[in-house]
Amino acid sequence: MIDHILTLLIFFPALAAMLGFVVTKDSMRAYGIAVAFIEFVLSLWLWYAYDPMISGMQFMESMPLIPAFGINYLLGVDGISLFIIILSTFFTLIGIASLTETRRLKDLIITLLFLEMTMVGVFAALDAIVFYVFWELSLVPMLYIIGAWGGPLRIYASIKFFLYTFTGSLVMLVGMLFMAYFYYQATGQWSFSILEWYRLILPENFQLWLFAAFFLGFAIKVPMFPFHTWLPYAHGQAPTIGSVILAAILLKMGTYAFVRFSLPLFPDASVFFMFPIAIIAIIMIIYTAMVAYAQEDIKQVVAYSSVSHMGVIILGTFALNVEGVSGSVFLMLAHGVVSGALFLLVGVIYDRRHTKMMSEFGGLASVMPRYATIFGIMMMASVGLPLTINFVGEFLCLLGFYKQSHMLTLTAGVAIIVGAIYMLSAYKKMFFGAVTNEKNKNLKDLNRTEYLGLIPLVIVAIWLGVYPKPVLEPINNSVESVIQLMHDKAQSPEAKARIPDLSGKNEIIPMQEAH
Amino acid sequence: MLEPINVSLASLNLATLAPMLIAIVGALAILVIDMVKGGLHKSLYVMISLLFLLLDLGALVDFAGVFLKNGTVLGFFDVMLMDGIAILSQIIIVVGSMLFIPLALTSKRFHEYNYPEYFALFLFMIAGFQFMVATDNLILIFVGLETASLALYTLIALHNRSKSFEAAVKYFTMGALAAGFYAFGSMILYAISGSVEINQIATVLAEDHYSNIGYVLVSMAFMIAAFGFKLSMVPFHTWTPDVYEGSSAALAGYMSIVPKIAAFVVAMRLFEFLVHSGVVWLQVILYIGVVVTMTASNIWALVQTDVKRMLAYSSISHAGFVMAAILIGTTQANTGLFLYWALFSFTNLGAFTMLWVNRQKNLLPGQSSDHPYEKFSGMIKTMPMGAVMMALFMLSLAGIPPFGLFWGKMYMIGSAVSAGYTVLALIMALNSAIAGYYYLKLIVFMFMKEPMVGYEKFYFMNASLSLKTIIGIAAVGTIFAVFAVNPLLEVITLFVYNSGY
Repeated sequence: MIDHILTLLIFFPALAAMLGFVVTKDSMRAYGIAVAFIEFVLSLWLWYAYDPMISGMQFMESMPLIPAFGINYLLGVDGISLFIIILSTFFTLIGIASLTETRRLKDLIITLLFLEMTMVGVFAALDAIVFYVFWELSLVPMLYIIGAWGGPLRIYASIKFFLYTFTGSLVMLVGMLFMAYFYYQATGQWSFSILEWYRLILPENFQLWLFAAFFLGFAIKVPMFPFHTWLPYAHGQAPTIGSVILAAILLKMGTYAFVRFSLPLFPDASVFFMFPIAIIAIIMIIYTAMVAYAQEDIKQVVAYSSVSHMGVIILGTFALNVEGVSGSVFLMLAHGVVSGALFLLVGVIYDRRHTKMMSEFGGLASVMPRYATIFGIMMMASVGLPLTINFVGEFLCLLGFYKQSHMLTLTAGVAIIVGAIYMLSAYKKMFFGAVTNEKNKNLKDLNRTEYLGLIPLVIVAIWLGVYPKPVLEPINNSVESVIQLMHDKAQSPEAKARIPDLSGKNEIIPMQEAH
Repeated sequence: MLEPINVSLASLNLATLAPMLIAIVGALAILVIDMVKGGLHKSLYVMISLLFLLLDLGALVDFAGVFLKNGTVLGFFDVMLMDGIAILSQIIIVVGSMLFIPLALTSKRFHEYNYPEYFALFLFMIAGFQFMVATDNLILIFVGLETASLALYTLIALHNRSKSFEAAVKYFTMGALAAGFYAFGSMILYAISGSVEINQIATVLAEDHYSNIGYVLVSMAFMIAAFGFKLSMVPFHTWTPDVYEGSSAALAGYMSIVPKIAAFVVAMRLFEFLVHSGVVWLQVILYIGVVVTMTASNIWALVQTDVKRMLAYSSISHAGFVMAAILIGTTQANTGLFLYWALFSFTNLGAFTMLWVNRQKNLLPGQSSDHPYEKFSGMIKTMPMGAVMMALFMLSLAGIPPFGLFWGKMYMIGSAVSAGYTVLALIMALNSAIAGYYYLKLIVFMFMKEPMVGYEKFYFMNASLSLKTIIGIAAVGTIFAVFAVNPLLEVITLFVYNSGY
């Protein structure tokens, strides 16, 4: 069974969703939690069985799908994808467990389970077309969640979300077909296997074009400035569960795809575009932080802060060295936990007051002390306080990029610190001061369901902030092999110099060369 | 005194006529039955048609075996040409027709199905299309085309509504114009090459190195116009939405599939040798035609308020997309054409059948067309299964993997990429994104809006077991297409490659 654990992880929720049509409405919630829990345990089993010392792919499965065109059902995990898969199953569980939605609950849970299938599928796929199938398919449940359970502008928001990502991915599909064609030219065989594409060394000008095609697909998904405009709408209109899954998992598909596709396939192009992308990333960090500061809606603040942190992830990815890329992968997890938790917290207050305007609140700390505490912890984690989960990731990302450019890193670092202002000020507006609004006087503190969702997140946020090693080590091993592959494949002298050569040293890279 | 002509029966190879003859005999049988005893129920005629189509299919499968063993079969003074693409397209035609004909068994009574002639005409039409694809003789193509078209005009008009008459007359007028263009184009080709067979024309033209290029271009201009009408390429598409709107949803779905594959095959035979021999002008015109057809019809589809009209424009766009195969002209692209159309048949027939199932006898109060978007609002709450099916077909048409059409799109774009048509590949991809919007619009109405009060009784009005079966077949074909793609690809590639395309 462990040999087919990935197939099981992908199709178990889908199968359960189909059977879920039979379950009656009242029992649906329990059914959803049970399925998500089993799925989560399966993913933990995957972690348990995973060998952290091996840097390559594990639990590989292969089955011909369309051999005439080189498409195979090819799955596998390495340290990079393993934890994102666990994050997906974890968040589906938390999301369903803390669901407060009552309208058409059955449809919602079935949709969520289908969504879980596509999320795990994206991160486990090693064949570009299989990857693409899940990547596109993930849009449909999300479209439905935003469009059917969202706010007043939900239809506009959901269609915008769908069309933006769909357009980007179609360009990416053309890029994938080109890769397959180049592979065909080089070997006489069609193949969409990413692992086989890794062996292909492309001329630099092809790399640039293909990088651009893939970039469009990924950048819209992340979303990177200036393609980010769909995200505030999606978050603003989505129900809590939609925002949580969107921020925690779906956005990670873009950054994950950068690490999985763009970097190892196009090392020269990655170096070529390193600084332009870093500048975009820094614009993302600063600009969205400023926009976040100007928001009056707490959910929008969290949404823009989420975009801002995605900028740090991109910066780390394009540091193109072990620290940066490991840091960015770790930050993907951290960002998932923290922004997911923040959206859940916003959902808590929205359920009570049906408004998200910060001006409506004030002095909540005295009315809802426990809520204020958890919100405070998560906010601190979000701004990257040491000993919280975000700090580890942000620090590594900046450290990685510091080796490439001191100035840009300093700018980004300052921007992150300045970014703390909007979170702190938002917190101040909501929680401190006197209770001015009558309606807030009798708000209830967190209830059991909400604890159930939030406490595990707090534990993870602090545990991995204090002791990240069990997660960071497998990530590091896999990232090292990616970076080594990039170094070996790089052709231009600049790329050779920028991407470190790791052959011969498995130890941690000495820090002094940064000085 | 003339010598008596001696032709041995064996050299005629009459077997090449068998598939078409089966359809014709079927049609005649229906007429005879009606003559002997009138007033029989439509279910009888549906089943008889189905049986004859099955026999037809059997004959085609038999030919497929012969083709794989001995290659192309010629017959009847070399007029009949049973090569790979002829067999493939006939299989698509017959299977498409077999899926269509049970749609006559609606639970509501419709005028046209009371006439046995409807079914006879239907079988005559199929024979016409089969003749059209199974020859490279310009005259027989013309005969087949006209037989099929005249039957089709009548089928549309039999729907017996003022809009249907309008549609039939419109289609007839446009079709007559196209026939004229076709005749004129063939005449010029005959004048410069002395032959009406496409491969002979190709040989003659190649031998004198296209010295008559001016005449070739004039004839191609007429031919493009003729096939532009038949394939509804922009700017010859204007009849399409009106005709689709006027005919019953089932027939509209049929028209978007079967007549077009026949026209594609002829276009393939006629245009590809010219594109291959470097007639740049034709390449440019085809390129422009493909891009404009795809893009413009997509944009028109965006603003439609009626689902059937939207599907009409969308099928124009799909035809433009597939027309790219004829421009590209590699074996991979031609394989893509057949793969795309085979998958498209299932999905599109499913979508139109969903409309057919929801068809009411009279117009909805306050609406001017049969299938406005509003009719479908909130369908997930009133008819969950129907909404899911419709959404499935829409997603497939939009090219969302892993549903049917995605694989066709992927393969077509892939063939454009391999042939070096990068810009075309990008345009094709971006058009799929534009198309996403109007397919989504229906999904939005079905899943995200509240149901309209008083419309509930119109859902599934027309449903019967046979209609639901067809929807089921279409849905299975759409969902599990991924497993069918590989065998299809292998077979199609073999057939297309061995026919020299």
